[in-house]
Amino acid sequence: MYQFNVNRIGPEIKLGEIDISFTNASLFMVISSVAILIIFNLGSKKNSLIPNKIQLLAELSYSFVSKMISDTAGSKAKPYFAFIFSLFMFVLFCNMFGMIPYSFTVTSHIIVTFVLAAFIFVGVTIIGFIKHGFGYLKLFVPSGVPMILLPLIVVIEIISYLSRPISLSVRLFANMMAGHTMMKVFGGFVVSLGIIGGWLPLSFSVALTGLEILVAFLQAYVFAILTCIYLNDALNLHH
Amino acid sequence: MLKKIIVQNLLIYFALLKNVQSAESGGMPQLNPEFWVSQIFWLTLTFGILYIVLSKLILPKIGGNLEARKSQILENIETAEKQRKDSEIKIKEFEKIILDSKIKAKNYFNDSRKKIFDDLNKKRETLESEINEEINIAEKEIINLKNNAPEKINKIAIETSNDLIKQLIGMEVNNSSISAIVEDLSKKNRGKYYGV
Repeated sequence: MYQFNVNRIGPEIKLGEIDISFTNASLFMVISSVAILIIFNLGSKKNSLIPNKIQLLAELSYSFVSKMISDTAGSKAKPYFAFIFSLFMFVLFCNMFGMIPYSFTVTSHIIVTFVLAAFIFVGVTIIGFIKHGFGYLKLFVPSGVPMILLPLIVVIEIISYLSRPISLSVRLFANMMAGHTMMKVFGGFVVSLGIIGGWLPLSFSVALTGLEILVAFLQAYVFAILTCIYLNDALNLHH
Repeated sequence: MLKKIIVQNLLIYFALLKNVQSAESGGMPQLNPEFWVSQIFWLTLTFGILYIVLSKLILPKIGGNLEARKSQILENIETAEKQRKDSEIKIKEFEKIILDSKIKAKNYFNDSRKKIFDDLNKKRETLESEINEEINIAEKEIINLKNNAPEKINKIAIETSNDLIKQLIGMEVNNSSISAIVEDLSKKNRGKYYGV
């Protein structure tokens, strides 16, 4: 579990009583953000009719996220495009940088994913109440449910709504942590079985690396698309 | 509105943070709260900067680029469509010109053929009438000759007979008696010599 350790880099920084030292986690957050900014800055610098590679990359990502949002949350979600784009890119880059050996996976820490998920949850709830007032509570009362079942359904709906930030954060955190732990375990097998028996876990390790890269993309996508779905609930009250 | 949401969010975080007690457990460094605040701080900072730069500077540019490309492509398509229509009109005009000239050529051809035919007919008619005239004259001459022939033959026959008798006998014979014999003979043999 050494790979998940957070270590202070440089001196201890204190803001009053609170310790906000720069750590390896902070380092990889900064690296991811800077990488995103560099790539997308390069991709938006020149506006050529036939895009070069990096411009194509930036524009494809732009239209990918834009399509994802308009498909799941409709046109009303356009003001939140920049946020969801940043969120998707941040999670994706953190996941992907975590795939580099000896690096640190920011999203494998529950506190990071929980803060993101809680921010989304609170933000979506506030948007819902701003858009619909107390009518937003109709979200918990699905239409077409028999009166007898209604109390039960409402309780279930409220529980499911309140568990959103937990499910959202734990999904990402658990996926990243489990993947990295599994790679570690297979890596340990390679070492302990030595040159004779180590080939099998080594091949597993290679296969898992591919799988983990897929998971890294997929979890970022799931995180972003669930945000869109929650946003959709808040913007277009269907129930 | 977004700023308001962010501020409210931050307030709620700090309220939550006060309740977070140290829940250190053995195995997982993730549950060690030692650096939680630091992580939250740096996450907020980096993600905040990322969000602001992306939303204010980079994303509008990319969106503008995409929009510009789209409009330019649409424009190009429009021009291409216009040019296609123009060329279609030109082709139609061209075809019409060709059709017109074909019809004209046909008319010229027909006219000249008719003219030539007329000319030819006229010439032939005049020629035929001339030939007919000539034929008529010749026929008349032939008929004349035919009609005169027996008389002349008779005359020649009489003179010849006269001369022959004179030579043979040495005396004059009456002309009228010879001519009577000749005429009698020629009457007898008429069909034989002339086919009449």
